[in-house]
Amino acid sequence: MSRTVQKHVKKAGKKTAAGKKGREEKPKAAPAALVKPVAAVSGRRKGKDDEKRRSETAATKTAAAEAAAAEAAPAAEEPQNAAEVMAKKQREISVSEFFLKNRHLLGFDNARKALLTTVKEAVDNSLDACEEAGILPEVIVELIQVAENRFRVVITDNGPGIVKAQIPKVFAKLLYGSKFHRLRMSRGQQGIGISAAGMYGQLTTGVSTKITSKIGPKKKAHYYELQIDTRKNEPHIVKDNEVNWDQHHGTRVEIELEATYQRGRQSVDEYIQACAIANPHVTFRYRLWLLPKEEKPAPVAEGQVAAPETRNPKPETPNPEPDWIVFERGTKLLPFQPKEIKPHPHGIELGMLMQLLKNSRARNVRSFLHTEFSRVSDRAAVEICQRAGLEPTSRPSNVAFRESENLYKAIAETKLMNPPLDCISPIGEEQILAGLKKEVQASYYDAVTRAPSVYRGNPFQIELGIAYTTPGQPKGTERKASSAERGGEGQTAEEPIRLLRFANRVPLLYQQGACSISKAVVGVDWKNYGLSQPRGQLPMGPLTLFVHMASVWVPFTSESKEAIASYDEIIRELTLGLQELGRRLSVFLSRRRRDLEAQRKRDYIQLYLPHLALGLKQILSLNDKEEHKIITKLKTMLERTHLQT
Amino acid sequence: MKKTKPVDTQPAAGAAPRVISKKDAAKRIDEVAVEVHTDIIRKSRKPEMRFPIRSLSNVKYDPKKGYFEMIGKEATRTLTYNTVKTFAQSVRLLATTKNDLLLKDDIAGKREVYYNAKSWGECRFDEQPESDSLLDDMEAMLGVNREQLGYIPEERGGEVTGPLMVIDRDPATHEEIRINCAKLGTGAWSIPSQVEHLKFETKAKFVLAVETSSLFQRLVHHRYYETAHCILISMSGVPTRACRRFIRRLADDQGLPVLAFTDGDPYGYGNIYRTLKVGSGQSAHINRFFCVPQVHYLGVTPQDIIDYDLEDATHPLEDVDIKRAQDALKNDPFIRHYPEWQKAIEQMLKMGVRIEQQAFAKHGLNYVLEKYLPDKLKKKTFLP
Ligand SMILES: Nc1ncnc2c1ncn2[C@@H]1O[C@H](COP(=O)(O)OP(=O)(O)O)[C@@H](O)[C@H]1O
Ligand SMILES: [Mg+2]
Repeated sequence: MSRTVQKHVKKAGKKTAAGKKGREEKPKAAPAALVKPVAAVSGRRKGKDDEKRRSETAATKTAAAEAAAAEAAPAAEEPQNAAEVMAKKQREISVSEFFLKNRHLLGFDNARKALLTTVKEAVDNSLDACEEAGILPEVIVELIQVAENRFRVVITDNGPGIVKAQIPKVFAKLLYGSKFHRLRMSRGQQGIGISAAGMYGQLTTGVSTKITSKIGPKKKAHYYELQIDTRKNEPHIVKDNEVNWDQHHGTRVEIELEATYQRGRQSVDEYIQACAIANPHVTFRYRLWLLPKEEKPAPVAEGQVAAPETRNPKPETPNPEPDWIVFERGTKLLPFQPKEIKPHPHGIELGMLMQLLKNSRARNVRSFLHTEFSRVSDRAAVEICQRAGLEPTSRPSNVAFRESENLYKAIAETKLMNPPLDCISPIGEEQILAGLKKEVQASYYDAVTRAPSVYRGNPFQIELGIAYTTPGQPKGTERKASSAERGGEGQTAEEPIRLLRFANRVPLLYQQGACSISKAVVGVDWKNYGLSQPRGQLPMGPLTLFVHMASVWVPFTSESKEAIASYDEIIRELTLGLQELGRRLSVFLSRRRRDLEAQRKRDYIQLYLPHLALGLKQILSLNDKEEHKIITKLKTMLERTHLQT
Repeated sequence: MKKTKPVDTQPAAGAAPRVISKKDAAKRIDEVAVEVHTDIIRKSRKPEMRFPIRSLSNVKYDPKKGYFEMIGKEATRTLTYNTVKTFAQSVRLLATTKNDLLLKDDIAGKREVYYNAKSWGECRFDEQPESDSLLDDMEAMLGVNREQLGYIPEERGGEVTGPLMVIDRDPATHEEIRINCAKLGTGAWSIPSQVEHLKFETKAKFVLAVETSSLFQRLVHHRYYETAHCILISMSGVPTRACRRFIRRLADDQGLPVLAFTDGDPYGYGNIYRTLKVGSGQSAHINRFFCVPQVHYLGVTPQDIIDYDLEDATHPLEDVDIKRAQDALKNDPFIRHYPEWQKAIEQMLKMGVRIEQQAFAKHGLNYVLEKYLPDKLKKKTFLP
């Protein structure tokens, strides 16, 4: 755990020039916070009641759209399908309105979670961008409380930056991104992330999303203040400047939103620490700048008169500038850049197939199948056509409307080679160990990266890590340097293990119970491996369990990307990996138990041998040397028979 | 310890335990210690101590000898992880016995031993039964009864009243002291812990050993010892070693029959009477001195309950009673030797009741001495 707390260190100051700027604004922030949220959506929105009424209207309006979504998607509840359909077909209904109604699906269901989701979306983007550009990421996360229920979130990265023309769309247009259209392992997936956070901020505070981005040392930085036109799903540029930024390249995102902070589980702190474990190549700087709590009058000691001025601290006075918590990187190795692949036909859904057919530039179905998908040889393409009763020469766009369902079935029935597996970039056993070792203090570490596998045509790979803290030892998850750290509770043998779930290196903090990772962990019989486990629950013990699923397409159970859906293939891989770790853990645990037992016996023996020797000494009038010899000889004899392991 | 032999291999019944000097007792301790030390240093092997197993499973009953005799099963306490504490305690106890008692000519009670060991740090005894048990082990291992090592019994040794002259010595001047047990007024004479040196003069016809002191007092109060020409002894429960040894010496010396009168329950039969007659499993190594083979059982027998119309003065047997009775039937070599006793105990189990000595008060406070005892003495329906 190499950690440094930088207090006004020059370097940090330089790198966060933008952050500094944000802080300079702080004195002005107080009045800004008092400004009533601009009714950005409809001009009618005044408060929660309005919002409710408004979303009710939206509910009626979107009923038809939802029905359509349900029809198109095999699993009607799967919001990602609903989102697709909404976004692509039902254009008359604004995606922003959809968002408002479904904000819980995107991770903005409550004020605490909104803070985390915003950080998460911005950090995900920063890391994706840095890695794609081959830059060792350095990400600065700053949370500034500006009012009781209001935070300004500032995320700064040293990534490649974003070209000027793209900035408004990226940050103020939902479903606009670079990652949706390609099948490649990345953190973001639907192009809904950061603009959704911006929109949430805008809707709750009225404050524009502020972007500073710079793409090269010789260029100036662009500065934008953006709002989303939620009717049209189009960016509305409030301010557009060129500014100086002493950083060579990078992006700074500032979003002000209604949010609350609470330490502990599912907090931003936990998220960043988990991120640091799964991404040992990243350096995080993090600080939390809270307003002073409304202080209760200090308890007055008997016979003492309380100083009146200490009773009423001025509200809105920020706490003294907090220290940066630095999560130093543990390796300079960037993850290998995953290759982009074409979708495997077995992984595709009917709606998607129809889309592809419609948009394909291929002349006929045969070449459509061959070129748009991976692992469809010409021969396989012909076979699929035959099975579907299609002329291989039919035009894809024709097929799209009439025979797509037959084609879909035929694809499913045709045996195909598995997709190429080199499109996944696993963290790797060594790096997992590096991440765990730098963030979790433990006496035993282990990691497994399973061979890649396939679910529904999507390649995926399961990775697992384990850190076992000797009971009683200070736990590594405590970061003593941090003020924003979870409380002093150490992990004990009586507590459930700490399960860290990751999808494409992104920590999953919510919906643990619904996640296939938890299901797999619960499904393994940990008693076999020396841990206790209440029926149907996580095992108990001072254990941090790290589980990562890497895939070109992680099947989340919902748009908020919190839990991984349970596919048999995924559960199987998870289970095998857990069992492998479990077996090795049990070897360690039983060795440790034997060692402890031996030590206990050794101590016990050594407690009494001196008495035996003393007794003999007293009876036989031995000298000290002879007395000592009795002890040593007996010790050797007893340890030989009783402590051999 | 391995080769230390008991002091007396085969003493005749009634022989006194050989008195060994304190120096010899200390030498015995040295022998044990040397053996242990040699094992460790010279033979490089784990030392062990051997001593006779002290339980009913290691005794047999030979009516010709008249007491529970050890059948020679030995327990070996080898120094291991499991025994290291007890082993160390044993050695420290031996050291204390030698250095503090024998060489300094001092004495200690069992409870004092327990407290004395409090200074041994982690080697101390948590409860007194632990030190008591190690004392018994030591006594068995050394073949020297603990009184001779300087350990004095703390229990009362029993009380005597009746036509008996006990000839004792002044502990300091060794001057002869004559105690007339018929002239003690309302009190009684306490049996001392050492009885080997006592001499007796009596005209009594028998000895009557009584379990409870309340009945003893009733008999004394009404001078029953004069009416019946007997020596009365109150045992207050299981008779102590000194009490047993006293009765034995008195009976041997004066050729007196002995009768026991206890509560009619499994404890009275199996523990009090059996121990008085043949000794105990616990201290089998010294039973030959501390037993009274000539004693017979007067009552209260289960048949007495019927014969003396006492059914409504009984108590139902409790689970412990039943267990104790069944255990005696199954495991006690003495009970197993005598069909009369088995019949009596089985009868008690069948009746499902026990009876106390005081139950005779149902027929009048003095019914026991006016009617029951004379009647039994006349009928001589004693159990062996
Ligand atoms: N910090 C950043 N640096 C560089 N590019 C960024 C950054 N943030 C967002 N982007 C670009 O904006 C796109 C949209 O981001 P987002 O709305 O979060 O969707 P997604 O991450 O799912 O693609 C990303 O695909 C990426 O190309
Ligand atoms: Mg994103």
